[in-house]
Amino acid sequence: MKTNLDEINRNIYDIKNKDEYDFKIQKGLTKEIIEEISKQKNEPDWMLEIRLKALETYNKLELPTWGPDLSELNMDEIATYVRPKSKLNNNWEDVPEDIKNTFDRLGIPEAEKKSLAGVGAQYDSEVVYHSIKQELVKQGVVYTDMETAVREYPEIVKEHFMKCVPMSDHKFVALHAAVWSGGSFVYVPKGIKVDIPLQSYFRLNSPESGQFEHTLIIVEEGASLHFIEGCSAPKYNKVNLHAGCVELYVKDNSYLRYSTIENWSKNMLNLNTKRAIVGKNAQIDWVSGSFGSKISMLYPMSILNGEGSKTEYTGISFAGRDQNLDTGFKVIHNAPNTSSVVNSKSISKNGGVCTYRALVRVNENAKNSKCSVSCESLMLDDISRSDTIPVNDIRNDDVEFSHEAKIGKISDKTIFYLMSRGISEEDAKAMIVRGFAYPISKELPLEYAVEMNNLINLELEGAIG
Amino acid sequence: MSELLKITNLHANAGEKEILKGLNLSLNKGETHVIMGPNGSGKSTTANVILNNPEYKITEGEIYFEGEKINDLKTDEIARKGVFMSFQSPEEIPGISVMNFLKYAKNKTTGEPVKIFQFKEEIEKNMQELKMNSSYINRNLNVGFSGGEKKKTEILQMLTLQPKLAILDETDSGLDVDAIKIVSKGIKMFSNENNATLIITHGTKILKELDVDYVHILVNGQIVATGSAELAKEIEENGYERYMKG
Repeated sequence: MKTNLDEINRNIYDIKNKDEYDFKIQKGLTKEIIEEISKQKNEPDWMLEIRLKALETYNKLELPTWGPDLSELNMDEIATYVRPKSKLNNNWEDVPEDIKNTFDRLGIPEAEKKSLAGVGAQYDSEVVYHSIKQELVKQGVVYTDMETAVREYPEIVKEHFMKCVPMSDHKFVALHAAVWSGGSFVYVPKGIKVDIPLQSYFRLNSPESGQFEHTLIIVEEGASLHFIEGCSAPKYNKVNLHAGCVELYVKDNSYLRYSTIENWSKNMLNLNTKRAIVGKNAQIDWVSGSFGSKISMLYPMSILNGEGSKTEYTGISFAGRDQNLDTGFKVIHNAPNTSSVVNSKSISKNGGVCTYRALVRVNENAKNSKCSVSCESLMLDDISRSDTIPVNDIRNDDVEFSHEAKIGKISDKTIFYLMSRGISEEDAKAMIVRGFAYPISKELPLEYAVEMNNLINLELEGAIG
Repeated sequence: MSELLKITNLHANAGEKEILKGLNLSLNKGETHVIMGPNGSGKSTTANVILNNPEYKITEGEIYFEGEKINDLKTDEIARKGVFMSFQSPEEIPGISVMNFLKYAKNKTTGEPVKIFQFKEEIEKNMQELKMNSSYINRNLNVGFSGGEKKKTEILQMLTLQPKLAILDETDSGLDVDAIKIVSKGIKMFSNENNATLIITHGTKILKELDVDYVHILVNGQIVATGSAELAKEIEENGYERYMKG
């Protein structure tokens, strides 16, 4: 996170390190490749079995035809596993110089000192740094990389891995389960409140490769957690793929806040899956900022299984030239007295396409449930596009449901007003867009709110490619 | 006296329609001018055209500010020369507080860093004078403000930015007697021998509170009469009838 508004420099995100690695698997997707990944990771057999089963599922499933065109994705051109030249460290000083510099520039170690209870940093396919405050460890909180979790907490992982998101869900979840690597594992024991956020940062440096991190979070009864996820990558000419998977278990009376800022380079296909299962009187809040990427298909989902459970989704996406961001939120009301609040915004400019694609399903048993959806789009010119495709499937009568959608263009009157105060046209537009995004950015931790404003400023600069 | 604003034979269109049809106007430092006129005569257009609002197009004539032609300058450039406009319907700007907006605009108009502590004190003092609740300083600019609060915020911006020329477009419209008094007080606080004020109004209430040097009657895109404050009184009694041609 770069915190000083004046210092913003778009190169921060674009600095490439040399494509150096300890091991890079050959491009493509075959049984042999998957066996090799598993062998390289020195995994137990049960995990290899999951991977191989997932590969079969992957081969059976079709590409989705209802969203952005994914035909340019050729798995034969993607290396699914790139092990960086670093082991897992718990001291930044031990992380190799060029990798450490990358995270320094992104402000990660600095943020850790100032405002975080734990940090994970992944470079290409493996986590290179992980730390957690000692007092949390004493309380039984676990925050580690997924590989360590597979080794040290196999029973918990077996019980939850690819259970919230079944691998048959769609093609890229199956792909993820077959080649996953890295990611974070968090376990918060019953009644423990983690007051300061944990943060994982994912950086993809290697060209023509994919990142498939797996995040598994279990918040036990009466516990609470704020988890922050950041992602970025430098730009290459050929396609990179991100197909992560996030599985969240929010048990009875617990609370989880999951904040994300994704800032992928514009050659990235971001096909990410995130889902939460929410228990009785528990709550999951999602805050999501989607920037960058060539194509994004991202629809976090809350399954409200427990009576009285709640979810809130606050999301923003920003599409510029040659970008197609297909994002939204899905919620299943699957118990009485459940409630969901959706607040989605999108900004498109220079021919960018933003689509809000959403599902609200209220099942027969979800009596006395409430759902309120608001989505707003701002288009900065005449060549950009914004679509809203909501699906509302409401299966009982005892439901309060509202849906509000607004699509608008940036107002010339407002620009004139600001310019009459000595503010240039470009700055005026940026101010209006930041104002539009404000209801979202105020939900983010301060550094991320600043980061988001910086990203908006970068996106608004004409020169950005 | 030195001339601040000079407008010669100004013609301007809104879309295809000609609104200003040969307007002439001259303002010196230290003066307060009023433009009055019936609805649709081109009052607001005059204000907007001086600041080069792209919704209007100058087809003929010149606008000079301190001797420099400003017709072709962009709105923000004109503002930085020292022209300010108080809007009839100020825009709501979410995401930026009144304080931060004032700091930002001050910095942009002067090109110099703002001395925060002194700046804040000055703003708080001005807010007191304008009987504004001090909590407004942290609220998003104009968002959810009442009509009166918005107008007072415009005056607060004027006092903060200290332009050379303040154009007040219908600042008094929609205000009750007390609010008009407060706004007038703000204008008096602003006025000195180094700046000028151009008040655009169709009412006369605000004029009773102020020392006005010249009153111009604008009808059908032209100034048809210029006089002292007495002229406003006459309009109040007799209306514009006698200045309207057919």
